[in-house]
Amino acid sequence: MSIVTVQLGQCGNQIGHEVFQSLCSDIHGTHGLCSRKENQSYQDACKERFFWEEESGVPVARAVLVDMEPKVISQTLSMAARSGCWKYSHQSHFCQKQGSGNNWANGYSVHGPRHKESIMNLVQKEAEKCDRLGGFVTIMSMAGGTGSGLGAFVTRCLRDAFPASFILNHVIWPYGTGEVIVQNYNSVLTLAHLYRSADALLVHENDAIHRICAQLMNIKHISFRDVNQVIAHQLGSVFQPAHTAEGGPNYSRNPLGDLMETLVPHPEFKMLGLRNIPQIPENSLPYSTFSWPGLIKHLRQMLIANAQMEEGIDWQVRPPPPGSSTPSTRKPLHFNTSIANLVILRGKDVHSVDLGSFQDPSLYTSWLNPQDAFNAWRTPRAFNKYEKSASLVSNSQFLLKPLDSVVGKAWNMFASKAYVHQYTKFGIEEEDFLDSFTTLEQVISSYTTL
Amino acid sequence: MTQSVVVQVGQCGNQVGCRFWDLALREHAAVNKKGIYDEALSSFFRNVDIRSGGDGPGIYKGKICSLKARALLIDMEEGVVNEILQGPLRDVFDSKQLITDVSGSGNNWAVGHKLYGCQYRENIVEKLRKTAEHCDCLQCFFIIHSMGGGTGSGLGTFVLNLLEDEFPEVYRFVTSVYPSGEDDVITSPYNSVLAMKELNEHADCVLPVENESLFDIVNKINQMINSGKLGSTVKQNSLVTSSAGSVKTLQEKPFDAMNNIVANLLLNLTSSARFEGSLNMDLNEISMNLVPFPRLHYLVSSLTPLYTLADVNVPSRRLDQMFSDAFSRDHQLIQADPKHSLYLACALLVRGNVQVSDLRRNIERLKPSLHFVSWNQEGWKTGLCSVPPVGHSHSLLALANNTCVKPTFTELKERFMKLYKKKAHLHHYLQIDGMEPSCFSEAVSSLSDLIEEYNELDATKGGPRTDPSRLKIAV
Repeated sequence: MSIVTVQLGQCGNQIGHEVFQSLCSDIHGTHGLCSRKENQSYQDACKERFFWEEESGVPVARAVLVDMEPKVISQTLSMAARSGCWKYSHQSHFCQKQGSGNNWANGYSVHGPRHKESIMNLVQKEAEKCDRLGGFVTIMSMAGGTGSGLGAFVTRCLRDAFPASFILNHVIWPYGTGEVIVQNYNSVLTLAHLYRSADALLVHENDAIHRICAQLMNIKHISFRDVNQVIAHQLGSVFQPAHTAEGGPNYSRNPLGDLMETLVPHPEFKMLGLRNIPQIPENSLPYSTFSWPGLIKHLRQMLIANAQMEEGIDWQVRPPPPGSSTPSTRKPLHFNTSIANLVILRGKDVHSVDLGSFQDPSLYTSWLNPQDAFNAWRTPRAFNKYEKSASLVSNSQFLLKPLDSVVGKAWNMFASKAYVHQYTKFGIEEEDFLDSFTTLEQVISSYTTL
Repeated sequence: MTQSVVVQVGQCGNQVGCRFWDLALREHAAVNKKGIYDEALSSFFRNVDIRSGGDGPGIYKGKICSLKARALLIDMEEGVVNEILQGPLRDVFDSKQLITDVSGSGNNWAVGHKLYGCQYRENIVEKLRKTAEHCDCLQCFFIIHSMGGGTGSGLGTFVLNLLEDEFPEVYRFVTSVYPSGEDDVITSPYNSVLAMKELNEHADCVLPVENESLFDIVNKINQMINSGKLGSTVKQNSLVTSSAGSVKTLQEKPFDAMNNIVANLLLNLTSSARFEGSLNMDLNEISMNLVPFPRLHYLVSSLTPLYTLADVNVPSRRLDQMFSDAFSRDHQLIQADPKHSLYLACALLVRGNVQVSDLRRNIERLKPSLHFVSWNQEGWKTGLCSVPPVGHSHSLLALANNTCVKPTFTELKERFMKLYKKKAHLHHYLQIDGMEPSCFSEAVSSLSDLIEEYNELDATKGGPRTDPSRLKIAV
């Protein structure tokens, strides 16, 4: 089954490019520490999922590039073409001239309706090229105007046009200290609207990835390219072909469906966080070895203590003692309660790994059986030169604090009515703001009382 | 890619504008090695084939034939514009972009605004339309003028009004040169306050500039060069005040160094819209992020570094020094101290080889010493453009919406009141058709209201004492 990616705005397009680059270099790079046959099967599955072949044999990404100004898209198209091993189709992009000016209202109420037909035509064309459509992944930031505003509108259109398909929004959470002054308004409006149309939101926080670059990857002068490459690696570790538990010897034919099924049991809870270990500079890879027990132990503690990376984990945090029916108010303060978790293992000896520690009922809320709340996908084919790689996709309280913080700051600004005239100018009224605030306060409340 | 049109009005406006076009050509020449007319060039220049007679149709791709500036030059006396047209930049403008008269405005806002405004309205609208038609997607008008005189101040603000009526969707950025206390034009307070009302009501963003500050910066640079300190020599073309490498080869005129600073301000402001970068900042984003309330649209700007030393290595701390300097009093283009006043919003546009980590590190470092309004504690807008200005490896433009503009306005108001109380020189204004005493009282009350808004922000630090309570959800 194939996935169509919609890249929105500068962030979406820059990251999208790195994702396809990473997928390509993974399948062409090493032979994955497995048999030739297995490797071939992996390559074929990946190609079918993300690329289609044109006559010249160069894989073409199943992607639609959207931006309201031309500079980024033209850069992205040419960088991809230069790589030699893949490219974007020249007919799959849509851009305008003037940008959205970091204004969500401009993206949603002006650009959206104006360009709906053109954009959806491109999406339809890509969807038709797929033998079987597995769903859509949109990549966007929340802070700007196009990715956030137009992205929210496009997501709604996707939902209307493809009511039975899975839609995953990959959302970039901006730096806390500010990239855009009105980022909190844009974020609140985006999240509230996405929540109504998408199946799930997979979040990456710029602050967290920045720290990974600084502390784990040892990069001195971190550029957005570095940040985007880490994000691409993490996404690749989830979306590359994997064996799901019941899948048997073949790769999963429905990656998005499997993801949603395991992680989103209830429509009120759609915020997914992603962790991936180990994360080390590429030139250190040949000199490092990891053990599965070590990796699993770290990953579990990262889940419990809500750590973003494998350094600086708070080992003091422990799940509440089993057997006691603890109401949420009495759980230890920093403990991260989960609804559902998915661990994806790739590489050597995956089948021997003991994941019992993730099935501990005390990690989860009471409304699902721990057997249903936890799933694992084990794939012997190694990913992106890492001999062993473990990813965790978690529907838990990971994003509660950031969400609460963004809503708080936005509310603070809204109370003084600052910048609101910029939004009403394009048709978003105070009422729309209030609706979005209400939706998100509801989400915060739901996650808090887990 | 969008286009912008520059409207330069009056002597000051045209002199600054002239420097702007010169330096813009220099910048694009440095970047555009192949001589192909690209999108970046198209934002300020048209590409015409002059052989097909004067105002030929634009050529959109391919080699550069003849570049024409997207500009309108307006002056009510001929001297300045004529000089431009006889100078090295004559080929960049064509005769259809000029509007001149003979006798000037006599340092009288009313003459500029009411008399000439009325007289030249049709002409101006027609020429603006023509310029707009040559643009594929017109995003912004830049008006350059001074506040203290007659033409720039009066006719300049008339054009501003006109732009709002005729092109309501296009942004209006105004670069205004404010008079200093010792200005030799006696009526400059009248002209400035009358113009302020127009700026309050019709501009999207105003970038105030004061001659005193420009003068101080020029002096600072001269001192640095002449002191022979540090041993290393300064790269001539990196000076924010220099014309080195540009078309103009004649001896520099007195205001050239100062005007180059303003020209550089405009170039840096538009750099991210023209060139690529990892985090683009377009002109509409500037207005969106820096204007929290419609009338508070006065942005204090600062440019760093003022010069680059000739040695190539740039250790991190020099980069950090650049950020610190942007907030120091000496680098602001008006006499103001943003560091000790209240910030409503701040934008940092970095050009050149600077990465997001350098930016974040410096924001973290500088934040504690700055006071931000309570509802915008992390009010930073950042942009990264990969192309540095000529002669530099990196540069920073800081735009601050800060209450430190208040003293400039209050002083202006005081000087106005000094004259107004005595009714000095009023008859020059009132004798012009369309001028009433109410023009004056409305203007000064508009200015007072503005000052009051800044006062209130300062007093309450912009917010209620306690954080507003969040919406409660019934569980």
